[in-house]
Amino acid sequence: MNRKIRVLIGKPGLDGHDRGAKYIARALRDAGMEVVYTGIRQTPEAIADAAIQEDVDFVGISLLSGAHNHLFPEVARILREKDASDIILFGGGVIPEEDIPGLKESGYSAIFTPGTPAAEVVEFINSQMEKRQ
Amino acid sequence: MISTTDIISGITKGSIRATARALSKVENGSPDATDLLDQLFSRQRGFTLGVTGPPGAGKSTLVNRMISRYRTSGNSVGVIAVDPSSPFTGGALLGDRIRMQSHATDPKVFIRSMGSRGHLGGLSGATRDASLVLSAAGYSPVIIETVGVGQAEVEVAELADITLLVLVPGLGDDVQSMKAGIMEIGDIIVLNKSDRSGIEQLENYVKASLDLIPPGLKRPEVVRVSATSGDGLEDLWSALDRMAATLSEKDKILRSAVKTMNQILRENGVLFSEKLLELEYNGRETVEKLILAGRLTPYAVGKKLLERAERMFEHNGSK
Repeated sequence: MNRKIRVLIGKPGLDGHDRGAKYIARALRDAGMEVVYTGIRQTPEAIADAAIQEDVDFVGISLLSGAHNHLFPEVARILREKDASDIILFGGGVIPEEDIPGLKESGYSAIFTPGTPAAEVVEFINSQMEKRQ
Repeated sequence: MISTTDIISGITKGSIRATARALSKVENGSPDATDLLDQLFSRQRGFTLGVTGPPGAGKSTLVNRMISRYRTSGNSVGVIAVDPSSPFTGGALLGDRIRMQSHATDPKVFIRSMGSRGHLGGLSGATRDASLVLSAAGYSPVIIETVGVGQAEVEVAELADITLLVLVPGLGDDVQSMKAGIMEIGDIIVLNKSDRSGIEQLENYVKASLDLIPPGLKRPEVVRVSATSGDGLEDLWSALDRMAATLSEKDKILRSAVKTMNQILRENGVLFSEKLLELEYNGRETVEKLILAGRLTPYAVGKKLLERAERMFEHNGSK
């Protein structure tokens, strides 16, 4: 068996600032994972469909525009609707503390705010994988 | 764990999730993958297109155009896009989807990104099997986009029914195109970025080196396009259609069956060698240590394993 952890990094919404997304993508790659990056300005449908075709273990959503309360739960909803709720979701970006509980309730296992070291995201993914096995 | 039977019935019903799972199984070399492939083998339909060329030649952009083209004619299209895995960490950044965003929510387009996972030759070890899965799931053509390749990574031509070699101006002089291997693999040589300066020169170089192909051997067609603006694509489509028309359904399957068998034989060879290493030297690690310590040469190992195999065959033959 030659199993690799597969992660999709998606950027929904209208902001084009993908430095954070690319930074995380690279850090996960350097931690030995296969990272599918789909580029900026994706609809939640496009992200969910890509995640299913790519059969990823995780989807990480990055957003800086402030529309997270709408777009994050939307990705989770579509994945549930398409029978793919086993994919673990995490999010990152400029997200106020008070919004985090709501996002977690909508299906996100972790939300990372600015300044989070990449190692923390790697650790989160590894520990979730261990739990799963 | 989802069973092989469930996956196969899912694939027949057009379930995207089942197809995605099957791809993961073959990619991960899961124990039930061979069974799965065996059962899917006779369901293969349609044809495969390989797209190869140096990094930055515009392969993904061209594939994006090809998807649109075949979707317009009503086909479901499969894409396998291979990107390099890091030889150090095993990780990979798979970014080919970025240029295919316009098809992101089309349920008749299945795009799968794969890391090369240490396999050389521009593909990943599982590309052949992944293309079988997509073909059995009803996607035709299955387009295989390789890692950006250099001069001799020609494996995709073995795998695909029709191979496109994508070249662009300004990547090297005529000597590059005369080196053996890469020019011979294309059924169609696509000269992309035709709006760039140097395109005339590139076409001259390519045609001149094709003129040196001995008579009787296959001579690729040369088409100039700009995948970004769309110029020249009509010519490419007619070239593709002409070639696709010469492939008969039965020929393709049989040809690919023989190729597949040859590859499987090679893979089996590796597996048998590993087993022999196990018997003769207690496994690969021990023998590697002995070689590094200067106590064995690689040739001695090869010879010893062959002798062992021969003794085993003789022994069985006498029974």
